[in-house]
Amino acid sequence: MREFDYRRADDVSGAVALLGDDPDARYLGGGTNLVDLMKNGVERPARLVDVRGLPLDRIEPAGDGGLRIGATVTNSDLAAHPGVRRNYPALTQAVLAGASGQLRNMATVGGNLLQRTRCGYFTDVTKPCNKRRPGSGCPAVEGEHHNHAILGASDHCVAVHPSDMGVALTAFDAVVTYRTADGEGELPLADFYLPVGDTPHRETALPPGALVTGVTLPPAPVAARSRYRKVRERASYAFAIGSVAAALDVGGGVVREARLAFGAVASRPWRARAAEAVLNGAPATAEFFAAAADAELAAARPLPDNGYKVTLMRNLVVAVLSELAEEAAR
Amino acid sequence: MAPSTSSTVTLNINGEKHTLSVDHRTTLLDALRERLDLTGTKKGCDHGQCGACTVLVDGRRTVSCLQLAVASDQREVTTVEGLADGDRLHPVQQAFLDLDGFQCGYCTPGQICSAVAVIEEHAAGWPSAVTGDVSPEAGPPPLTPEEIRERMSGNLCRCSAYVQIVEAVSRAAAENRTGTEEAAA
Repeated sequence: MREFDYRRADDVSGAVALLGDDPDARYLGGGTNLVDLMKNGVERPARLVDVRGLPLDRIEPAGDGGLRIGATVTNSDLAAHPGVRRNYPALTQAVLAGASGQLRNMATVGGNLLQRTRCGYFTDVTKPCNKRRPGSGCPAVEGEHHNHAILGASDHCVAVHPSDMGVALTAFDAVVTYRTADGEGELPLADFYLPVGDTPHRETALPPGALVTGVTLPPAPVAARSRYRKVRERASYAFAIGSVAAALDVGGGVVREARLAFGAVASRPWRARAAEAVLNGAPATAEFFAAAADAELAAARPLPDNGYKVTLMRNLVVAVLSELAEEAAR
Repeated sequence: MAPSTSSTVTLNINGEKHTLSVDHRTTLLDALRERLDLTGTKKGCDHGQCGACTVLVDGRRTVSCLQLAVASDQREVTTVEGLADGDRLHPVQQAFLDLDGFQCGYCTPGQICSAVAVIEEHAAGWPSAVTGDVSPEAGPPPLTPEEIRERMSGNLCRCSAYVQIVEAVSRAAAENRTGTEEAAA
């Protein structure tokens, strides 16, 4: 590991000033991803600015019925929060489906959104990777890609975003707030991650030096009946090979409102808007749930070894929406 | 302030303060083992994937291999060496002994620290990934074997002593509940 300078920030503006415009400096949150990447040599910062002690560790009502979640709230505290469990249960389920109890105690909301892909080529510095070394190539396209993207990828990169939390936040229209030396800014999560294109090394729309300060969840009555379902290669403590965050409001057998987002299928948490368009106003039946999944997955471009994800996601959507519809009918 | 690659930190470990100079690259795990001779905490994968290095930081279970020592300044750390009350083992330690919750023993300090926290997290009402209804109105789920397996999934055991580990955690949790009820009575 490269030697590095370490500074602890006392307040948000101090943290932003400590990082400055140094491209070799990084904010340190829980460190569960960054410290690991430093051990692997993927990240070689010259300076860490520790933001874990900043007063951004609160979850507060957002006034209009939503929630304002500070960037240094740990995954554990987010999942255990009564308001999240009551009004956005899929978010609690998504967080609890990720990592382990130990890691959830350390990891933060801001860091979760900014964590890097677990693609084996990205984390192995002896291999080419367009995300880590632009222009060096993507061995995953013709190599090991059974857990790579089926939506929104390019020939330059087929890695997936590993977050579970982000999938539920995407379904609920979360907005990321940040601070730079110029002041406050915000980005809807839908615009937070950049399209892959030929620049997979550029992952977010955050300005240089920006510190994520929190996530705002707008009020979403539909989210009270929501669910996160994750499929992985072992029963617990593994990244998803496919996941769904869904919320459903049904009246008289008809879908009044649906929210749907997919995980582990794209470079970002994937909001399934084509599926939602089919669902809204449609009969709440397995037939229409399948049609909705098909509408979204029509854009899928699977690689030779990850075509199973198309079937998996279709089945997941039908299963989770059917369960939610059944609950609503009770 | 000029850049520096080391700092002086004070770690409060098992109730005792230790002040030491650490290279910023030093993890809490390496500080415990290599600098303070607290070798109960074990290094397994060193990448946060096995749980062997689990300790409690400010009361919360943490993988010490991904926690930088410099970022642990002034924090309260409890390692497996700090769980017993003199010669009296912690109920979780006693349950692991009585119920054979290990074979080779390498993962055991991490398992035990993790289990101590699991019992507290459950008592605080935290749901888990296998909890059916996560709403606060549903109340805490019973600590079934399924719940224990899920909550302990961050601790791997290559000897596969999982069956006995689940039994040990289950017994210690039951004792903890009884103790809490007696204290309240």
